[in-house]
Amino acid sequence: MPLITYRKALNDALAEELLRDENVVLLGEEVAEYNGAYKVTEGLWARFGSKRVVDTPISEAGFVGMAVGASMLGLRPVVELMFWSFSFVTFDQIINNAGCVRYMSGGQIACPIVIRGPANGGTNVGATHSHTPENFLANTPGLKVVCPATAYDAKGLMKAAIRDNDPVMFMENTLLYGEQWEVPEEEYLIPIGVADVKRAGTDISLIAHGRAVLTCLKAAEILQAQHGIHAEVVDLRSIRPLDEETLLASVRKTHRAVLVEENKPFCGVDAQIASLIQEKAFDELDAPIQRISALDAPAIYSPPLEKIQLPTPDRVVQKALSIC
Amino acid sequence: MEQSALGRGGDSPVVGSGNNGQECHPFSLANQEGTLTARGGVRDGSCYKGFRGVGFQNDYLCLLCGKICLEFPPNLENLNAMMETRSFADAEINRCLTAEEKIQFLRQMFRIRRFEQTSLKAYNAGKMGGFLHLYTGQESVAVATISLLGPNDHVITAYRDHGHALVCGMEMGECMAEFFGKATGCSKGKGGSMHLFAPDKRYWGGHGIVAGQTPLGLGIAYALKYKGIRGCCLCYLGDGAVNQGVFHESLNLASLMSLPVIYIIENNGYSMGTSLARSSAFKQMLAQRAEGYNIPWDHANGENIYEMRAKTHAAIERAHEESRPTVLEIATYRYYGHSVADANARKYRTPEEIEHYKTYHDPLRLWQKRLVDEGLLTEEQAAAIDHEARAEAEAASRFADESPFPTEADIFADVYSEVDHPVGEGPHGTHFFN
Ligand SMILES: Cc1ncc(C[n+]2csc(CCOP(=O)(O)OP(=O)(O)O)c2C)c(N)n1
Ligand SMILES: [Mg+2]
Repeated sequence: MPLITYRKALNDALAEELLRDENVVLLGEEVAEYNGAYKVTEGLWARFGSKRVVDTPISEAGFVGMAVGASMLGLRPVVELMFWSFSFVTFDQIINNAGCVRYMSGGQIACPIVIRGPANGGTNVGATHSHTPENFLANTPGLKVVCPATAYDAKGLMKAAIRDNDPVMFMENTLLYGEQWEVPEEEYLIPIGVADVKRAGTDISLIAHGRAVLTCLKAAEILQAQHGIHAEVVDLRSIRPLDEETLLASVRKTHRAVLVEENKPFCGVDAQIASLIQEKAFDELDAPIQRISALDAPAIYSPPLEKIQLPTPDRVVQKALSIC
Repeated sequence: MEQSALGRGGDSPVVGSGNNGQECHPFSLANQEGTLTARGGVRDGSCYKGFRGVGFQNDYLCLLCGKICLEFPPNLENLNAMMETRSFADAEINRCLTAEEKIQFLRQMFRIRRFEQTSLKAYNAGKMGGFLHLYTGQESVAVATISLLGPNDHVITAYRDHGHALVCGMEMGECMAEFFGKATGCSKGKGGSMHLFAPDKRYWGGHGIVAGQTPLGLGIAYALKYKGIRGCCLCYLGDGAVNQGVFHESLNLASLMSLPVIYIIENNGYSMGTSLARSSAFKQMLAQRAEGYNIPWDHANGENIYEMRAKTHAAIERAHEESRPTVLEIATYRYYGHSVADANARKYRTPEEIEHYKTYHDPLRLWQKRLVDEGLLTEEQAAAIDHEARAEAEAASRFADESPFPTEADIFADVYSEVDHPVGEGPHGTHFFN
């Protein structure tokens, strides 16, 4: 299997879907002529032209709303937010319009839109550019939220997201854009709502999403090499819908869980996961559920400090050891 | 400047000689016969459009537009010069109207009014929850503007949506049942009065967030253009909504991308209890803000169905032929409070002001009179149309009353498409968390 970057995987997914369905249109700031702020859409404008790949002015509320309206009439817009941090100026369009129109119309109106872009800290761009709003968005029934951790998942999930009939919030990570993974050449889709056991183990479940999955994989290696502990790493991939079965099955097997996310702790995604586990697998637990999140302050700029603000393999290892 | 394409100068005419920056912009007369009839220049120190306060001891209602006039009596010579000399009744788009079509406009207005009166009764009887934003007084706007729509033209509006919904062809029963929160409502009781939808009739709601619908209307226009369909979207908003940022983003995008969207500002003088004077820094036409985006704009008198039709028609032509947007401001007035729950409905404006509009500017009565004057209808026939509308509204109310509420299980339907319509192995993962 060829090794390709997370960025290329997304680019391929977009190109394949543009080719497959003429209702797919990419919109966003700098997505066309500039080839994307993070080059995810590189070459697509040259290949597909100005009708399919459209530059917008800096008007997130305006163009996200416009895409929502266009999707109501059957287009499948894929809207890039240069950063998910900028979603806050268009929250009304996302939550009230994309998130509620199907319900409020009694199911008469569909909103098959994808909103995508990076949602991560760790790049020393300060608090305003480092938000991870997956928890906010997953709080809205009607929206779907996915956070792929690898190139393989990014591609398969993007293709599924574009074909989905509901609005999908697609959260990428600038730190992963240049990383490589094996990705098959033949077409595949990854259904939204299916988690992935990225590493099998028997002693403890490390449950994560997004880049935290990679942190957990590193921690699992250390746990095995230095402590003889076989950790299982569960990648949620999709936050909403959520693959409860896979994560509960893992806890039933290992009887211990550490939940890891780059989100902030208060009402973070893992608060929901912890609640689920205690409710549905309480008797399976041999130890209290542990959580590791970003340190609970706005993202700090200072490069060495931001590194430790986000979950590190070492913190995961220490937490795991505390309950093993 | 694009504005000149409308046959109007960019400088709107000014009534009187302002000494405090407040200017009056005459809407054309409801009465097109060329005579000026004084319609209550009430000298009570307050202005019907909310211009009041220091330096406004001498406010008078403009005979033409219902806005502040700084000189009384107005200089008739000036007014005559400024008046629209064209009679909108003679506009091509109005000359081709049949008697039955004209009567249908009256019928539509009666239907809206009686529907709302019935809903108000039901509201007061505790049949529904939340808000109820009555359109009473503004009916002519939806009736006139929507009357021009063809098979590829679409409508979207804000929460004051009952009139638009009915004119677009929704049934009173499904709307009333929606108000009552019943399973037979157009949205199965999930939207409520602010969120009526009928996409099959190209009516896209009903939106509760002020100006939240303005980029959606843009998107509908975008999709039409993308698909190569010759159509447009009428997107309605209020005089308060023009102050939302997203509306301005939408205007810029509409012009930049050359989209067939028509923003219709229903200027009823108030956003809740805030008058125009207290909400807009720009004291001239709200629609004139369009100039900043290189969008043609125009204004019309909401009492004059012919004028609204003529101007909406011009905007639709522009959308269809050139794929260009328009902003059209329509002067209108609401009789009731912001919503039925608006306890202050008579505090931010005088009861006399409301009475004045009801007496002299009621679009329904004006149109009825016009039809009688034109010899198309007798008073008795009008009364019969009114009677039918009442009966229809009463039947809708009974239908709503007798309909069942949704079930608890219905709460979870219509959230996710794949849950409602599973395909293949069905949906993956948990969608609901309780
Ligand atoms: C974003 C937002 N802010 C405030 C409100 C509360 N609100 C509802 S209607 C309204 C007044 C809007 O007035 P206008 O646009 O003139 O429309 P009208 O009610 O006169 O039809 C306000 C403040 C809201 N629904 N949404
Ligand atoms: Mg208003």
